[in-house]
Amino acid sequence: MDARTGGGCEVNWASASDFFAMGGYAFYVWGSFVVTAACMAGEVLFLRARRSEALRIVRAEKVRHETAA
Amino acid sequence: MTNGVIHWFRYASPQSFYPLAGRMVPWFATLAALLTAAGLWIAFFVAPTDAQQGESYRIIFVHVPASWMSMFLYVVMACWAGLGLAFNTRLSAMMAHAIAPTGAMFAFLSLWTGALWGRPTWGTYWVWDARLTSELVLFFLYLGYMALHAAIDDPRRGDRAAALLALVGVINVPIIYFSVQWWNTLHQGASVSITRAPSMAATMLTGMLVMALAFWMYSIAAALARVRAIMLEREAHLQWTHELAEAAK
Repeated sequence: MDARTGGGCEVNWASASDFFAMGGYAFYVWGSFVVTAACMAGEVLFLRARRSEALRIVRAEKVRHETAA
Repeated sequence: MTNGVIHWFRYASPQSFYPLAGRMVPWFATLAALLTAAGLWIAFFVAPTDAQQGESYRIIFVHVPASWMSMFLYVVMACWAGLGLAFNTRLSAMMAHAIAPTGAMFAFLSLWTGALWGRPTWGTYWVWDARLTSELVLFFLYLGYMALHAAIDDPRRGDRAAALLALVGVINVPIIYFSVQWWNTLHQGASVSITRAPSMAATMLTGMLVMALAFWMYSIAAALARVRAIMLEREAHLQWTHELAEAAK
């Protein structure tokens, strides 16, 4: 642990560009966090699409059922 | 049902579980969002820079929670699959089926973030070492479970076949967990232990646990949302989904 242990924005990062640079590890750190966020957001979108598709199937089935009866 | 005795299996039918799951999803999703916000704040603004690894160690805040979830979700999935096999309940098999994609996603994220952490710390994205290889096997087990299920036209038969695969694959989870003790590996030992004092700064540990909790809540929300869609898909021929689709318009 180095001396900068106080916590808070100004303690870890001198500036916004310092924050985004991640001490030279920007590719690895942001590559991890951004892909994780993208996967989760993507899953939420897939789930929404799957739900509306499922509802569409149910409605089609209902129509088929009613016309058959 | 009206004789005053609590009907414990009431929620074991898709028809009655569907609205309950629908009420739970927003709560778990909200908790996930709040915990993620808190976890990210701790991860980037409270937890100090690591003396040895510099800022690259911050990958721990997604890597460890994702790895935990990938293993934990597999066990939960196998439990539901086993219940489905034993009792032939529709909902159990649907729950197992609903968990698999989220578990696969976390297994992928564990490997992905691990590779991006391995490069700056070990000098390589990948090694065929016990921990990494067994986690890769876990990812393939999830994919195999989903592929096998999808390959069988009758969903109920698919449930049973995939459940067997899921149960056999459980053996891999303790192998992943203990791989760092059983074999010589590049991967470090367990980050958190109940029997030892924490080997990292308190704020780092807190951030990791908050993120793990956030991923946990996210997984519950995602699995419940998916199981609702699966219920609609599989029971599209039944009266209760027809009434539901009418109301959801």
